[in-house]
Amino acid sequence: MRISTLSLALTLLIAGATSSLTAGSEADFKAAYAAAEAANKEAAALRNQWTTTAAALAAAKKAADSGDFDQAVASSKEAEALAKASIFQATSEKEAWKALEIR
Amino acid sequence: MRSAIRFASIGFALAALALGSAPTAHAADTPDPPADAKAFKDYFTKKFPKVKLEDFVNGPYSMNEDMHRQWEEKEQFPPYDFSLDMGKEMFSKPFKNGKGYADCFPNKGIGIRQNYPYFDEKEGKVVTLELALNRCREANGEPPFSYVKDEMAALTAYMAFTSRGKPFDIKIPNDPRALDAYQNGKRYFYTRRGQLNFSCATCHVQSGGERIRAEVLAPALGILNAMPIYRSEWGGMGTISRRFTTCNSQIRGVPLNPQDDEYRDLEYYLSYVSNGLPISGPGARP
Repeated sequence: MRISTLSLALTLLIAGATSSLTAGSEADFKAAYAAAEAANKEAAALRNQWTTTAAALAAAKKAADSGDFDQAVASSKEAEALAKASIFQATSEKEAWKALEIR
Repeated sequence: MRSAIRFASIGFALAALALGSAPTAHAADTPDPPADAKAFKDYFTKKFPKVKLEDFVNGPYSMNEDMHRQWEEKEQFPPYDFSLDMGKEMFSKPFKNGKGYADCFPNKGIGIRQNYPYFDEKEGKVVTLELALNRCREANGEPPFSYVKDEMAALTAYMAFTSRGKPFDIKIPNDPRALDAYQNGKRYFYTRRGQLNFSCATCHVQSGGERIRAEVLAPALGILNAMPIYRSEWGGMGTISRRFTTCNSQIRGVPLNPQDDEYRDLEYYLSYVSNGLPISGPGARP
């Protein structure tokens, strides 16, 4: 479990580092934003959205509105990564919460 | 670069999730509320052997002598007095149809705070005092109040005041749905959420009595007995709904709507494990 989680974390780190180097177009932004929104919707279904995901989505939209698609893509990917982390949290906590219980 | 740093923080958060998920205790899947309540009280009374059981209702002010002295001084001119007066006036003022809050509650609403929330077997759900007050209003043709402050805080302040000193007496009827609601509340209390990966228990069990910046974290035992509260940080009164939603946003989680099932169940669980401790609301907190 720990190894797979850390692998995921490292993948996200690499994805984050490379995403900031890739030039973005409006189409790239739309695709990245849709993926982030879909992940955040899944987090909502699990009743576990993060405020930082919403902030990153808003930042993506603002950057796109001003024509800065590099930033818009980067913020969308950040939002997607945050949403996926919140999904992972909700899923793992379905059992993990019991470890904290007072007995 | 900034983006890469933020991604790195996500990576660390995930690593923390992995470490935090290591089981340290055996999980019991059959709910046993009386055993939970006993374990809850034992945990806090062992952790804070100098604090009397009934003093836990004073939250951070029960944690040391300096804080307790601050509380005594504050109680001479309590900041919740305005709200309490407003609540008393509102409670006695009839609705447009001539009826009033007293018509909606047992014992005309006086001295009953300690019995809320309760499990409504007809509805199959937990009913909190805040919810019952708004239902009373709507049943009498009045618009509901915001659940988080102002009028709702005033009304619950008055009702809590009429119950001061009465021990919490939350019942779990012999109904599997009630036990489910209790268990859901317990799960919510211990479940980590938000980007900071905190559960309610992270602050109010593991770190109760510790400082978080300038604040002293209240232990979870008796944490709802003083509600609603005047918080200096808020610059006003707040209800249980306000406390739950702001806790969620402080750990960077999107709060649910006040009185969503999860919050109702959480209130049920937290109130039940504080059974026997006196109602002390309305209260004041830093």
